[in-house]
Amino acid sequence: MGELAGYLITGAGIGCAYALTGSGLVVIYRVTRVVNFAQGTFAVLAALTVTTLLTAGLPHGLAEGLAVVLAGLVGVLVGLVAIGKPGTTPQAALIVTLGLGVLAYAVEIVIWGDQPRSFAGVPGSVTVLGTRIQAHYLLIAGVTAVVLTGAALLFARTDLGRALTATAADPYAARVVGINVLRMGLLAFAVGGALGGLAGVLVTPVQQVSFDSDVALVVNGFSAAILGNLTRPGLTLAGGLLLGIVQALVGGYLSTSYQTEVALIFMLAVLIARAGRRDVVEAV
Amino acid sequence: MIDVEELTVRYGAATALDGVSLSVGRGEMVALIGPNGAGKSTLVNTLCGLLKPAAGRVSVSGRLALVPEGRHLFAPLTVDENLRLGAWRGRDRDTSPVYRLLPSLEPLRHRRAGRLSGGEQQMVALGRALMSRPEVLVIDEMSLGLAPLVVAGLADHLRERNATEGLAVLLIEQNARLALDLCTRAYVLEAGRVTASGTSAALAGSDSVAAAYLGLEG
Repeated sequence: MGELAGYLITGAGIGCAYALTGSGLVVIYRVTRVVNFAQGTFAVLAALTVTTLLTAGLPHGLAEGLAVVLAGLVGVLVGLVAIGKPGTTPQAALIVTLGLGVLAYAVEIVIWGDQPRSFAGVPGSVTVLGTRIQAHYLLIAGVTAVVLTGAALLFARTDLGRALTATAADPYAARVVGINVLRMGLLAFAVGGALGGLAGVLVTPVQQVSFDSDVALVVNGFSAAILGNLTRPGLTLAGGLLLGIVQALVGGYLSTSYQTEVALIFMLAVLIARAGRRDVVEAV
Repeated sequence: MIDVEELTVRYGAATALDGVSLSVGRGEMVALIGPNGAGKSTLVNTLCGLLKPAAGRVSVSGRLALVPEGRHLFAPLTVDENLRLGAWRGRDRDTSPVYRLLPSLEPLRHRRAGRLSGGEQQMVALGRALMSRPEVLVIDEMSLGLAPLVVAGLADHLRERNATEGLAVLLIEQNARLALDLCTRAYVLEAGRVTASGTSAALAGSDSVAAAYLGLEG
């Protein structure tokens, strides 16, 4: 029982990072119709930046906060390159984000090298459901809950959120009422970047990060987002948690080498189950 | 309110508008009629600043709002949310004045715009445009796809706004009879050029306009 509870909790912790990465994808897709393949890059950049800031003597909290802000700014840059030129199609922008993700590898290797890095999270351990887990998992869960609730409220309850939704629903009409469509797209990239950065900052203390960790994050984040049809944050959260937990169980009871396959099989299963439906064909 | 002089707009090599001039004065109701592909929507988009003129001059004084062709509501948002976004440029996003003007929208305020009938959607589109407290309203194809009774109701609303608040209107219509009935002056746009203009009465009496747009023998 204790072992199972341990897998469930650690899996949910990693699942939160998938959910945050996936939610970043969802925010960007909802507003711009661009699938941002550089989404994992935000997490890696933020995590590696924290290692540098901590080494430079900045305290915990400030270092993580600055790294998330940096990820948001990098999000704006990615957005500018991907959708800044008027008339760029979402498909073309997708390829641009893929290219930027590869470019980021080069930058990261030059600055931080190719070895995995990590930093300390919340110290100590706590007993949950009869099993001892690192206290940091509670921080991951708590911050994820607060941030995703905040994002949901932003979309549902504020005029800015409505304008973001309106931009996605009908860009022409958005321009007619005076909404700056490009600015909304860049804002979505900023939020997506910050969510990705947060995923990296939160998960690195329990899972080392290196320049190519973005692949696992983006594959899992994308799988989670696919469950929500790339547009529904609630289902993305559920998908992320489910993936994290199933991977932890597979890793614990079978072998850790099957973990990525779990995400891919999950994504394929969801896609095949929905293949006949028009909205998914449009989304993918 | 609207002053267009010798306006030319091109899409690549194709000329959509060729030396078009027209004006809409304060409190005036003016119609622009013409067949499909004449350049009416191009003119609308240029007036709203969504297209750049290749030559000529467009000047709009006062607040302009557009009711676009096909309504273009934000389908996933509610009626009330659609209305609020109509005032995106301004600070006052109180929707109650619009419900007073268009009482039939009040019971629909929490309905998603995508689930409304065509007539209801057109009413929301009009309400959304009124939210920006415009001094001049451009309406692109108000009657398209709507039942005559619904169109008559919308026309009454426009007449009333015009009479009580001096709202200027540029009505872009394929339904020439409606446009000439509602407006005092009109322009005929064909293949990117203004081919006739004058008072509605004069245009309705002109043989060529009557034959082409009113379904009457010349």
